[in-house]
Amino acid sequence: METGAFEADVLVIGGGLSGAWSAIGAARAGAQVILVDKGYVGTSGVAAAAGPGHWWVAPEQREAAIRQRLETAQGLGDADWMAQILDLTWRTLPTFAAYYRFPKDEAGQVQYRSLRGPEYLRGLRRLAMDLGVRILDHHPALELLQTHDGAIVGAAGQTRPGAEPWRVIAGAVVLASGGCAVGSRLHGSRNNTGDGHLMAAEAGADFSGMEFSAYYTVGPATLPNTRSMLFSFARYFDAAGRELDIPPGERVEPLAKALLEGPVFCTLDRTPEDIRAIMPSVQPNFMLGFDRAGVDPYTDRFEVTLLGEGTIRGVGGLRLRAIDGRTAVEGLYAVGDVASRERVTGAISGGGAVNSSWALSSGLLAGQAAASFARRAGRSSPLQVRALGRAGLRAQRQAATVDAADAIAAVRSEMNPYDKNLFRSGAGLSASQARLEQGWRYIADHGQALGDGALRLREAASMTAVARWCVASGLNRVESRGMHHRLDAPTKDSSLAKRLRSGGLDQVWTEYERPVARIEAA
Amino acid sequence: MIELIVKDRCTGCGDCVTACPTRVFDLTPDGPAIARQADCQTCFLCELYCPADALYVGPAYEPAGGIDAEMLLASGRLGQYRRDSGWGEWTDDPRHSDEHWRMGSIFARARAMAPSGDGGDKG
Repeated sequence: METGAFEADVLVIGGGLSGAWSAIGAARAGAQVILVDKGYVGTSGVAAAAGPGHWWVAPEQREAAIRQRLETAQGLGDADWMAQILDLTWRTLPTFAAYYRFPKDEAGQVQYRSLRGPEYLRGLRRLAMDLGVRILDHHPALELLQTHDGAIVGAAGQTRPGAEPWRVIAGAVVLASGGCAVGSRLHGSRNNTGDGHLMAAEAGADFSGMEFSAYYTVGPATLPNTRSMLFSFARYFDAAGRELDIPPGERVEPLAKALLEGPVFCTLDRTPEDIRAIMPSVQPNFMLGFDRAGVDPYTDRFEVTLLGEGTIRGVGGLRLRAIDGRTAVEGLYAVGDVASRERVTGAISGGGAVNSSWALSSGLLAGQAAASFARRAGRSSPLQVRALGRAGLRAQRQAATVDAADAIAAVRSEMNPYDKNLFRSGAGLSASQARLEQGWRYIADHGQALGDGALRLREAASMTAVARWCVASGLNRVESRGMHHRLDAPTKDSSLAKRLRSGGLDQVWTEYERPVARIEAA
Repeated sequence: MIELIVKDRCTGCGDCVTACPTRVFDLTPDGPAIARQADCQTCFLCELYCPADALYVGPAYEPAGGIDAEMLLASGRLGQYRRDSGWGEWTDDPRHSDEHWRMGSIFARARAMAPSGDGGDKG
């Protein structure tokens, strides 16, 4: 039945920023690389619909930047990791100039910091191909392959559409499957369903910082757009037209509170005229939805919402044992948003900038590390591997029809509402946990689908799994820190300035690490 | 959501079939067709990758319908994203140069106008 059987030194799963940089890093280290993506390398992943800025700091200003970041990290950051990603970003982007037309400002200074998503990914695709990376688009991965001694040696999946099976045997695997949007309508996140999280957990990997999964972005309620920059000029109104006291900026709690009361409308009329005029050249996709819906955001009032980002511009993900991406499982590396970013962002979001630098740096470093691991390990014969996929792929009990759309709606209804996920409480999280547990049990026991439906069911299982780790971690962190807010524990507990691990499939667990050896900023 | 392929413009190259991240289109003997509309994530990226400016993504998350090719051709919206992005024949047109780098200064203006808030900086 296997129509697509491939071999490589390094397999990279996911072709957004971090996956493309991984493939490039591994290829430059001399490895034969296969890069598989659920969609198309160039348009897949949240960066493609956005504009990744980077953490771009000149060497002489880095000490201060790191000091400031360590403070906002609230005890969970790591100065050494921050220094490494700042350095790699600074050294790497200028080398990308043959693949991206970096513009100059009025003074003739080349601008490296902030790239447009589609052009960035198009350039990364070209660079990867020039380095000999074999790209398999529309090849979603469904499960990892493991040898009897526990090492990960590849992955299997099926093409979309058509559900033709494929598998890649490789010396090492880099997971670059992105953060999990837990079913929200965040722009460009439809493929971000946590598949890599689930695959890694099935291999025995664990997570860190999953409680930091309460990040929300403002956007029009019915129009596709999460370029939020101009909302820094926003004014907000209730349904009766009364202006609301909601300061524009990072803190979304005031807006979330207003939204819990009723619909909220917005206008961007404070945006200066000169900025309006250049917006099509700054963010060419910003106006598309507004314009086509006949809404002038600079004069009209349009309804807004907050889009949940789950772990995308949240923080949590696979726990790394070193900055080179190694996980708890031999032969398995993780990069970008599927990995925990606590060491570089701490308890607050890395926003676009730190996360993009993390994607670039962790990608390059893990690509290199996976290449040298693969060289040492060699490739194993396909006869000796077993496929690890369970929930949604192989029913543990009698197979039955499980409606993937219903299962995803169930996850959304626990992870997106502000009153559950943004304003958390022990009682609320416990109730969510019980419902998610039930959903998980049903998918794991009975979920099995054929053809194209298998992918969606696996996505539903993955989102449910991610939500369980997020909720269990939120329950165990009985305090408020960074983006994790507990109404029943509204202050920071200085004894909890430590990272929280989580994992498990049949039985979810959480466990604190020892405190980070650093006195927390006051 | 993807609404329409303007047949008069479509050259049948199939670039949209390849570029769509959620594999909404199929290549048929009659050229690309919208095969799985419900999978569309409304990211507009197919329009960017269509050199013939033959695709139209509507502004809503749900199919709107009622859109015909003539209306679209008259609207000037076909190819708008590709043009504003300076792709293809617009590559060296100074009216469509890449000013994405100005985001930093735009955020700074917002911060200056909002003394109480921090203005944010996240893209």
